[in-house]
Amino acid sequence: MFDLTGKVALVSGASRGLGWAMAQSLAQCGAHVLLNAWDKNALQERADELASKGLSGEATPFDVTDHAAGAAAVQAAQKKHGRFDILVANAGIQHRAPIAEFEAADFERVLATNLTGVWALAKEASKVMIPAKQGRIIMTGSITGMLGCPTISAYIASKGAVHSLTRQLAVELAPNNITVNAIAPGYFATELNTALINDKEFNDWVCDRTPAGRWGQLDEIGPAAVFLASDEAAFVNGHVLVVDGAFSVAM
Amino acid sequence: MIEDLKDKVVLVTGSSTGIGAAVAKAFGANGASVTVHFNNSQSEAEEVAAEIQRLGGKSTVMQGDVSDSAVCARLVDDTVSTFGRIDVLINNAGGLLKRIPIDEITDDMFSKLLHLNVRSSLMCTRAAAAHMKTTGGGAIINVTSIAARHGGAAGAVLYAGTKGFISTVTRGFAKELVKDNIRVNAVSPGVILTPLHERSSTPEMLEGFKATIPMNRLGEVDECTGAFLFLASEQMSGYITGQIIEVNGGQYMP
Repeated sequence: MFDLTGKVALVSGASRGLGWAMAQSLAQCGAHVLLNAWDKNALQERADELASKGLSGEATPFDVTDHAAGAAAVQAAQKKHGRFDILVANAGIQHRAPIAEFEAADFERVLATNLTGVWALAKEASKVMIPAKQGRIIMTGSITGMLGCPTISAYIASKGAVHSLTRQLAVELAPNNITVNAIAPGYFATELNTALINDKEFNDWVCDRTPAGRWGQLDEIGPAAVFLASDEAAFVNGHVLVVDGAFSVAM
Repeated sequence: MIEDLKDKVVLVTGSSTGIGAAVAKAFGANGASVTVHFNNSQSEAEEVAAEIQRLGGKSTVMQGDVSDSAVCARLVDDTVSTFGRIDVLINNAGGLLKRIPIDEITDDMFSKLLHLNVRSSLMCTRAAAAHMKTTGGGAIINVTSIAARHGGAAGAVLYAGTKGFISTVTRGFAKELVKDNIRVNAVSPGVILTPLHERSSTPEMLEGFKATIPMNRLGEVDECTGAFLFLASEQMSGYITGQIIEVNGGQYMP
């Protein structure tokens, strides 16, 4: 059950937070995980951490906005391991500003990572998955992509688009036995959210607003990726799996 | 093996055949104690129960028509008296009964289908939640349908309506019961090769469904079980409640 032994996975944004959590879970279920982020040193530490736990992984540094680098990494992985089974397109960035003050350059920068970066990696993955007639593509969306929230116009637009892209690619790639799904996290206690957790007003808002009454913990996101990557989810396609303590079903 | 499902007590209503039977066996394979419930198919239910034991789980068989609320309460209570507790309830029993156009929907037909698909789920949830509250929580998994969103294929509008109800209460009860550490989610199968379709869909209809599924095939019952195991495991989905996992090959997406 949920066994990924022998599978090769690439996780972008894997140096910390949700990406690192998902990478660890995939590795724990037997996958060899290519850890991707731009920070080479952080990735090497993560790869060493996997090795110290007897898990399999390697640092694969590149910037997801450098599409040629992403293409090269996917091709190299296919060549080295003879297979490329799972893509977790997770890398994302945030920028907060009221809409009237939101710079177009910041909007474009967020879209370039969160949407175009995801699209480009999915495209490269499809090139090796289509001939193999199998594959799993998992994108990190967000519950904000289904709702509204002040000051994060670029992030929300990008995540809403990721959900649409999930459905679109699910249909396009299904004939090749490739499933495409997304994970939409709610508010998680990641390193990047430390400032928000320490902000009493924001923390109270998250805890009051989330029926579960708390932030999601890092070990609660990885199994969702494992599920979607597993044989047990072979007929789950085009789905946005929400992991949010019921935030998005509350008013 | 999903470690935290070992020794969990699971009631799967309608588990003599189809998706329910596959789900009951999958829990058995993970070391759970399973109540296999049936209404008509006794020998099939006994076969499922025997298979669970072969796979390393514990099992018991119970009969009853879940259209009767007293039966729902009894199934839960008997599960608790047999295994000592109830950790997971899977509200799977239900059916289509018959494909009918609107002018053939009678009061009797309406009541029959609503009690079978809707009231049964509510009453089992009511009874199970009362026990789960005393033992620190649990997981309830409803079975809804792709029809809940698209309104149902030919002659299945009333069925689709019952499933819409199930999807709605899944979200509502998730919020109501979260304080008791009870998670409520649902699995929404698309067109899966089950006795429901063997009875109610012609080969031509099934071909027609297939043409609308991007994966170009119908689903197998074993392809639904993973979603149930995932949602039942606190370790795997402890922060997921109020959600509906679609298992439809990309046929119809929200």
